[in-house]
Amino acid sequence: MIELKDISKIYQSKNGEITAVKNVNLSINKGEIFGIIGYSGAGKSTMIRLLNGLEKPTNGTVIVNGKQISSISGNELRNARQKISMIFQHFNLLWSRTVADNIAFPLEIAGITKNERSKRVKELIDLVGLSGRENAYPSQLSGGQKQRVGIARALANNPEVLLCDEATSALDPETTDSILELLLDINKRLGLTIVLITHEMHVIRKICNRVAVMEAGQVVEQGDVLQVFQNPQADITKNFVMQVSGTKESKESIEQILANYPTGKIVKLTFIGNKTEQPIISRLIKDFGVEVNIVHGNISQTTSGPYGTLIVQIDGDDVKVNQALHLLDQQEVQTEVIDHA
Amino acid sequence: MLSGLFPNVQWDKMWEATYDTLYMTIISTGATFILGLAIGILLFLTSPHQIWANKVANFITGSLVNIFRSIPFIVLIILLIPFTKFLLGTIRGVNAALPALIIGAAPFYARMVLIALREIDKGVIEAARSMGAKTSTIIWKVLIPESMPALLSGITVTAVTLVGYTAMAGIIGAGGLGNLAFIDGFQRSRDDVTLMATIVILIVVFVIQFIGDFITSKTDKR
Repeated sequence: MIELKDISKIYQSKNGEITAVKNVNLSINKGEIFGIIGYSGAGKSTMIRLLNGLEKPTNGTVIVNGKQISSISGNELRNARQKISMIFQHFNLLWSRTVADNIAFPLEIAGITKNERSKRVKELIDLVGLSGRENAYPSQLSGGQKQRVGIARALANNPEVLLCDEATSALDPETTDSILELLLDINKRLGLTIVLITHEMHVIRKICNRVAVMEAGQVVEQGDVLQVFQNPQADITKNFVMQVSGTKESKESIEQILANYPTGKIVKLTFIGNKTEQPIISRLIKDFGVEVNIVHGNISQTTSGPYGTLIVQIDGDDVKVNQALHLLDQQEVQTEVIDHA
Repeated sequence: MLSGLFPNVQWDKMWEATYDTLYMTIISTGATFILGLAIGILLFLTSPHQIWANKVANFITGSLVNIFRSIPFIVLIILLIPFTKFLLGTIRGVNAALPALIIGAAPFYARMVLIALREIDKGVIEAARSMGAKTSTIIWKVLIPESMPALLSGITVTAVTLVGYTAMAGIIGAGGLGNLAFIDGFQRSRDDVTLMATIVILIVVFVIQFIGDFITSKTDKR
């Protein structure tokens, strides 16, 4: 569906060249929700704009929906863009138009007749749950409602791909969740391919099937969301995973425990799928007679199943502790002994 | 009572002059709106990072605007005499004032248009591009509607300036209230005529400002 081959994007500035994207290769399948995560300045904004030709790559090719976006221009590019919609962090609605007229805008661009337009606008308003607000102006809407208008507008011309540029970053957590659910629903109902960029791991966890992690213009890691969560490789990925597993906050308590109990072992357990429901801790206590002290625990839902982390302190006889660790290994629970916070 | 306070005012002449002033102001404001808008949009689109980003075109347009904006209006009228004569065959009368009024005001308004367009959220233009909009669609359906309140308050200021310009044009024979105040009032030492002409000009200005403010606030849905 989407293919990025050896993409580089270099900007010329007064202070020399700035490499925004460097040697990126990505392929995104039809119908999946693909997330690109990175801190600001990682090059994700440039990446997403390469997909609809708002930015042209310095090197490499971008193929979306069978069209080589990186080389077409003029009418051909404009027609291709009607099938690659985009929603934005700050919604980018026309304040001078009502909700209905904002949604009708891409239809006007596509040259749809007035009758057809109002029919389609009505469908879209129902789809995003804004019935009764069609004559309101954007200034009269809340952030979440504005993004719903943005989504309706993006869906107007029945696109194949939806690009989300930090679409939930300006929204509060509850509204973020409702917008993410809407996106998930659209993805399932319409079979739309969604590419989103974000700096929040929460967004990735909630709706993405696959994820790419970007740092300094490069993709440092990519794969299935669950796999990346369970076994993050790059340091930056580990940081992002900590955002949702909450282990960042537990750092202090780990330090505390390491200081207070120099004898035991602090172990981080990572569970995925059904393993999250096993009574592992009680088995450790019963079978080996070790003491288990829970420092931190967390379970998150991803689109492909639950994902949990548990940090425990296991204390007791050295041999017993090692046996206990061995059992954990056998349980396909990922274990990591932490000896410093 | 009025004839007691203003013994020398000939009301039919005053009305005719008012009509001439209004005629010159309205026609030149309309033409300035169109011409200034076109130049302002050209300045905006050719500026860096915009759709038609072009240093040379931007520099030339910008320089022309600055040159015409810098020439004092009274000098501009004189400089344009041959042009006006070529265009209309005469340099007298209300129509003869129009070329100078429009050429004097359009660059001034073009700058205001540029400022108004710069205030538009860049994201909105990007959104329109991402939908596959042509440049003409962006101009008509994004740039102009999204900057409408600023465009209207700008043209209001310009219209008030144009009332002042018509008075200056009047001195060299264009007619209108400025001409009346100068010829009938000043040169014949009839202060009441000058005063009455001033009052009428003030009323015209207030009415323009009121209408401008009213329409501006009506179009602003932000």
